[in-house]
Amino acid sequence: MTTQATTATAPPPAPGRARPTANSLTAGRLPRAVPWLLLCGCWIATGVVYGILDASGATKGFDPVGTIFFGTVLFVVALALISRIVEGGRRAVDRLVTSLVLTAFIIALLPLVSLVWTVIARGLARFDVPFFSESMRNIIGDGGGALHAIVGTLLITLTAAVISVPIGLLASVYLVEYGRGALARAITFFVDVMTGIPSIVAGLFTYALFALVFGPAVRNGFMGAIALSVLMIPVVVRSSEEILRLVPNELREASYALGVPKWCTILKIVLPTSIAGLVTGVMLAIARVIGETAPLLIVTGFTFSMNYDITGGRMMTLPVFVYTQYTQAAGVSAQASVDRAWTAALVLILIVMALNLLGRLIAKIFAPKYGR
Amino acid sequence: MSATSTAIPAAKPKPKVRIGDRVFTSTTITAGAVILAVLAAVALFLVVQSLPALFAKPGELPNNADNFWQYVWPLVFGTVWSAFLALLIATPLSVGIALFISHYAPRRIAQLLGYVIDLLAAIPSVVYGLWGIATLSVFVQPFFAWLTDNLGWFPLFAPPVSGTGRTVLTASMVLAVMVIPIMTAICREVFLQTPRLNEEAALALGATRWEMVRLSVLPFARSGIISAIMLGLGRALGETLAIAMVLSPAFIVKFAVLQAQSPNTIAANIALQFPEATGVSVNALVASGLVLFAVTLVVNMIARAVINRKPSGASS
Repeated sequence: MTTQATTATAPPPAPGRARPTANSLTAGRLPRAVPWLLLCGCWIATGVVYGILDASGATKGFDPVGTIFFGTVLFVVALALISRIVEGGRRAVDRLVTSLVLTAFIIALLPLVSLVWTVIARGLARFDVPFFSESMRNIIGDGGGALHAIVGTLLITLTAAVISVPIGLLASVYLVEYGRGALARAITFFVDVMTGIPSIVAGLFTYALFALVFGPAVRNGFMGAIALSVLMIPVVVRSSEEILRLVPNELREASYALGVPKWCTILKIVLPTSIAGLVTGVMLAIARVIGETAPLLIVTGFTFSMNYDITGGRMMTLPVFVYTQYTQAAGVSAQASVDRAWTAALVLILIVMALNLLGRLIAKIFAPKYGR
Repeated sequence: MSATSTAIPAAKPKPKVRIGDRVFTSTTITAGAVILAVLAAVALFLVVQSLPALFAKPGELPNNADNFWQYVWPLVFGTVWSAFLALLIATPLSVGIALFISHYAPRRIAQLLGYVIDLLAAIPSVVYGLWGIATLSVFVQPFFAWLTDNLGWFPLFAPPVSGTGRTVLTASMVLAVMVIPIMTAICREVFLQTPRLNEEAALALGATRWEMVRLSVLPFARSGIISAIMLGLGRALGETLAIAMVLSPAFIVKFAVLQAQSPNTIAANIALQFPEATGVSVNALVASGLVLFAVTLVVNMIARAVINRKPSGASS
């Protein structure tokens, strides 16, 4: 594809019309370095403009963001124009799209970098031992920690996983191995629908369910686990279904040919073959629900004390801790509260990242080797 | 290994019914049925709890609403409006990112870039909310002021500008950042599934890279892109905490995106009001949640119908 050897010597044909046939294979090409040089040139040019504006007093101080932004815009336009003159319309469009696609990617990276930077910079202020060893009981002002929230998050998420992994896994086995008729179609359809359930609606559902039985003031960790299960089951079903469908049919047929019953084939052939993918799917599902805030805010309430009993009363969780510490920060010790919120956010991100990386690592190490 | 493979008479083609199969089949069917039951229960309990609000008399509902629909309309508007803005930002970006990862980036770093975008998806929404308040709204406020000063004649950018930057547009930007990873992941998967031969055929005919993408990748991926938009919309409609933290809410209907008073969304309203609500207010909140559920359901079904109507190569 990349034929740049002749481009340096061949003169651009456009000005002199040296070649009558504008063949795209032989038409002139821009040397490889041109885009990069042009980019730097555009940045410098806009920088100079901003510098002059700054020197003349039209703006307050030099504006690096504006320089980069307008420099990049100028670069995209200029490169397309130059390419159109030298290389023709089709390649100009190609270059334009390439730079647009790259710009889109960089724009998407900016929030990530900014977010990670902000959370780390502000979260490190309270990333200390008391944060992981104390609760917020009797804490006014500085100090205190999020141990009660961490314990609550782990208990609730674990319970949610215990509820939803068997259901999700078995349902996906049904869909892949047995599902043929209307029931399978209904399950597939409604799992799709469930994937779209807003998390707060799952919380409301759990509240409505328990409020009918226990009265309107009921709040406990188990309700949170139910709400998270509603969100987690469709994720588990979808990912497991995808993984189970990857198991080659030849394996199943070989097993049947040996006279192995179907349930035995599934347990001994299909599931072991896909175990790595299944574990990864479960890990990613856990990572998906562990950061859910809205349903927990509604159904588990919040507390400042330790609570190890998942069915007994209000329970703090890490996301809700972040929310309450930030929104209820007031008075002289507002900064301490905000600091705790940022540190809790950092801890939450670390937990989620660890789950994600672990899941992907398992998939990578134990995955069976398929083609492509 | 197979202890049960006893000699089956050739004259009897009837399959042998085994206890293990029976148990396993019924267990898996039960699991599938549980999912259906849960969804039915969600709808049923929401309806039961929201009935009092639907038939509430004037004066009982919050915000001096005469009936429930008057109460919920501004919220529905805010929900759809913010989600629409978010998708307007996110769709071109995520298609571009997915293309970059699948067809433009050097092969060696493409997978790493994919992981990076996936990590963006893993960040909890409450953290996005914090970031939206503390960083983004402060950063964009001068731009908003500039927009209202110079483009204030355009209805969307009508002045007065919000002094804090906590507007619908900021909230939609946060939403866009949150849905971009989901949409990108799906688009990328679909783009990568384009038959290699189609791409190579396009290149062999002399197509540039963009022409190759336009001729072979995008037609193949159309339904995948639509389903990505659908999932992004579902997430944007139901997103709670980021909106609840970033927006300074009000019960109004307006399109101007840069003003201090912004239309609240259903989900954010529930999160903000629920801890202190009592009596009919709780029922009203549950009923608004039911409306949100219905809206997302309709969105999902429409998108699914679109995908099914136009089967391209990507739909398996």
